Amino acid sequence: MSPGAPEPSDRDAPLVDVEDLAVAFGDVSVVSGVDLRVDRGDLVGLVGPNGAGKTTILRAIKGTITPDAGSVRLDGEAVADLSARQTGRRVASVPQETNLAFDFRVRHVVEMGRTPHLGRFDGHGADDERAVREAMDAAGVSRFSDRPITAVSGGERQRVLLARALAQETPALLLDEPTASLDVNHAVETLELVRDLVDDGRGALAAIHDLDAAARYCDELVVVANGGVHAAGSPEDVLTAETLRAAFDAEAFVGRSPATGEAAVTAFAAVDADDPSGETVQSGTRRIHVVGSGRDAARTIARLAAAGHDLSVGVVPAGDAAAAVAADAGAAVVSAPAFEPVDDETLEAAVALASEADVTVAVGGDAGPNAPVLAAADRVVSVDGDATDEAVLAAVRESGSESGEGDPETEGRGPPIERGVREAIE
Amino acid sequence: MHAWTRSMAWSAALAATLVAVMVVSAAIGPVTIPPTEVLKAVVNALVVPVGVEFTSLGGGPLLLPGVDVAYRSPFAFPVDDVHRQIVVGVRLPRILLAALVGFALAAAGTVMQGFFRNPMADPSIIGVSSGAATGAVAFIVFPVAVSVTLPLPIVGAVDVGVSDGTGLSLFAFVGALAAAFGVYAIATTRGRTPVATLLLAGVAVQTFLGAVISYLQLQAGESLRRIVAWLMGHLSGAAWSDVAVTAAVVPPLFLLLLAYARDLNVLLLGEEEARGLGIAVERTKRILLGASALITAAGVAFAGVIGFVGLIVPHMLRLVVGPDHRVLLPTAALAGGSFLVAADTVARSGSTELPVGIVTAAVGAPFFVYLLVNREVHEL
Repeated sequence: MSPGAPEPSDRDAPLVDVEDLAVAFGDVSVVSGVDLRVDRGDLVGLVGPNGAGKTTILRAIKGTITPDAGSVRLDGEAVADLSARQTGRRVASVPQETNLAFDFRVRHVVEMGRTPHLGRFDGHGADDERAVREAMDAAGVSRFSDRPITAVSGGERQRVLLARALAQETPALLLDEPTASLDVNHAVETLELVRDLVDDGRGALAAIHDLDAAARYCDELVVVANGGVHAAGSPEDVLTAETLRAAFDAEAFVGRSPATGEAAVTAFAAVDADDPSGETVQSGTRRIHVVGSGRDAARTIARLAAAGHDLSVGVVPAGDAAAAVAADAGAAVVSAPAFEPVDDETLEAAVALASEADVTVAVGGDAGPNAPVLAAADRVVSVDGDATDEAVLAAVRESGSESGEGDPETEGRGPPIERGVREAIE
Repeated sequence: MHAWTRSMAWSAALAATLVAVMVVSAAIGPVTIPPTEVLKAVVNALVVPVGVEFTSLGGGPLLLPGVDVAYRSPFAFPVDDVHRQIVVGVRLPRILLAALVGFALAAAGTVMQGFFRNPMADPSIIGVSSGAATGAVAFIVFPVAVSVTLPLPIVGAVDVGVSDGTGLSLFAFVGALAAAFGVYAIATTRGRTPVATLLLAGVAVQTFLGAVISYLQLQAGESLRRIVAWLMGHLSGAAWSDVAVTAAVVPPLFLLLLAYARDLNVLLLGEEEARGLGIAVERTKRILLGASALITAAGVAFAGVIGFVGLIVPHMLRLVVGPDHRVLLPTAALAGGSFLVAADTVARSGSTELPVGIVTAAVGAPFFVYLLVNREVHEL
C-alpha cells in the first residue's frame, strides 16, 4: 500500500467499538466492563468525575495502553492487531496537554500530523500541504503559524494540537478535555468545529468536563464513574439529578438553559458533611411543598430538588421563574395566570399538595393569596429570599426530625430561619 | 523551503567549512606547509582503481575470492617529498580521524538530546564512554596476550595483538557496547524502555564503572600515565587503519540515524503522542539507541573519552538552524567534525602536546556557561 492511501475500512463497522474493556494499573483496577461505540456522524461525550478513568479509556482506544480484558476495535479491526501507523490513520487524538521540549514552529507541529501518511523519506506533497493548511485554518492557528510553539499561550497550544489532529485526516477523533484551557469564545468554536466535522461523517469521542457543553453538542453521553460506565444515552436521559448524584457525588439541579433549551446543570456543594447526626441528606428525603414566586423561590426549589427531595409547588404565577424551575425539577406544579385572582379550584389543588407534604416551605415574607395553603400545612418553614442554601436545607431537615426541634446550633446561625409562621398568619 | 532542501543547503556549507578547516589544520604544525601545497599533496595521494583481477578462491576466514585491485594515481603535482610525507603520512590520518570522531560524537549527542528530551544529554549518557574507558583501562592494566586476525571490511585483515593499539581500541569498543547494552537491559521491562529509567540506569552504570576505573588506576603502576592520557582523549598516533575502520562504521550509522530524523522530531512530542502519530515507539527507540551507541563507540574506541563535543555542538547548531532534526542532525555532525579538527590542531600545536579532551572541555565549558546565562538552556 502506498503511503497516504486511505485505510481500507468496513463501512458498516463502528469507527470505535469498545467491548467489556477493563484496565488496571498493577493491582488497582481503573475501569472495567466499559462498553461504548462511536459511529460515523456521532459525537459521544465522555463525562465523569476526575480520576474516573476517562483518559484511561481514551488511551486504551488509541492503543497506548494494553487493556487487561475486553476489546477495542477501530473500523472493525482490533487495535491490538494494528500497527502504530495504521492506528494513526484511523484515530487522531487531541491530548489534554503536551510538553514540547524544543521550540518547533506551530506549522511544523501541525505538519507532524501527517506522519502516519508519509513514507520515511517522503517530502510533503500537495495533499499534505492542503491538509495542513485546512487544519490550521479550521483550528484558527494560521495567524501564528510561524511562532515557536513554546511562545504561544496554553489555549493557543491546545488549538495547535487540535490542528495537528485534524491534519491527520482520520475518520475518528479522540479529544481529551479539548476546551479545558480555552476562553469561552474558542471553547464554543472548537466544539462547533468538532460538531461540523462529525456532521460531515466523522465520529468523535470527547472527554468533557463542562456538562452543559456536553449536553449541547453531544449526541450521546457516557457517564464514567466508580470504575465503569454508570450511564449512557442521550443527554436528556443521562443528565439527571440522580445520575449526577451517584456519579459525581454532587447535588445538582438539571434544568434547561433558557438560551439553548438544552440541559443546564447547576451543581451545589453537598452539605451532608456538616450534618451533626451524620445522616446523609439523601437518606432524609422528604415530601416538600414550596410556596413563593420569583427567583428566590426558583433558587430554593432548585436547591431542594438537587438534595433529592420530592417537591410540589404552588400556587405560582404561570410563566414565573419558579414555575419553570419546578417543571424542570419534575415537581407537581399548581399555577395560575399572573395578575388575576386565584380561583378556588386552583387553590384547593395547592392546599391538597401542601397538606400531603411533610414540610411546607414559604419563600419570602408575604404569602398573599397562598395564605390558605400555608394554613393547611402540617409544618411550615419560612425562609427569607437571601437565606443561604445551608440554612434552607438545615431548616427542612430539622423540621422533620423530632429531636432536631430548637437545635441551638442552627438557631445560632442567624436570622433567615423563622419558626411559628402559622401563628403569625393567624 | 522544504526541510530536506534546507538541510542540503546548510550541510553543503558546513561540509565546505569542514574541508577548509582540515586543509588549514594540515598546514599547521612544527613544519608550516602552505595550504596550496597541502591540497596538491592530498590530490596526488588520490588513487582510482584501474583494474580488478580475481585470483583463486580465498582461504581466509570469510572464504571470499581473492581480489587484486590495481590503482593508479591520476595526478602528479610537484610537491616537496618531506611535505608530502608530513601531510599524507602524519597529519592527514590524524585530521581525518578527528573529523570522523567529532562527526560521530556530535551526531550521537544530537540524537541523545532529542531522545531524552533533555538538553544535558550527551553520547556518554547511556554508559558508552564509561564502558569504553573501562575496556581500555582494563586492557592497559592487564595486557591480554592474544593475537587475533580480524577480517575487517575495506582494511582487510588486521592483526590484533598485545602491542597493537588496535587491541586497545577493540577492548574500548566492546566495553562501550557492553555498557550500553547493560544500561538498556536494566531499564527495559516487559518490552518497554522508559526514558527516565534509562537515564537513571545510565547514571548508575556510569557510577559503577567509575569505581572500577578508579580501582584499576590504583593497580596500574607504571601504566597510569597511559591511562590518564587515554581518559583525557587523544588523537596522537592515529593511523590510516584507524581512519579506515572508523570511516567504515560511522557513515552508514549516521545515514541510519538520519533516516529516523523525522521520527525523532515526533518523539519530542512525547512517546504517547508519537505512537498516536504512527511511530512504532519502542522499535524506533531501540534503533536510535543502538545506532547512537555504536557510532559513539566507534568514536571513543580510537580517540578515548572526548567530552563536550557531543554536548555543546548540537546546542550551538540548534541555535542556528532550529530544532528540526532533518536539518540539525547533519549540520551538527559536520560542525562536530570541524570543531574537533580545530580543537586537535590547538592541542598539537603548542610547545607540548595536550590531550584533545582538555582543549574541548576548556573551550566547551565556558561556552556552556554562556548558554546557561543566555536563556537558551532553561527554555529548552
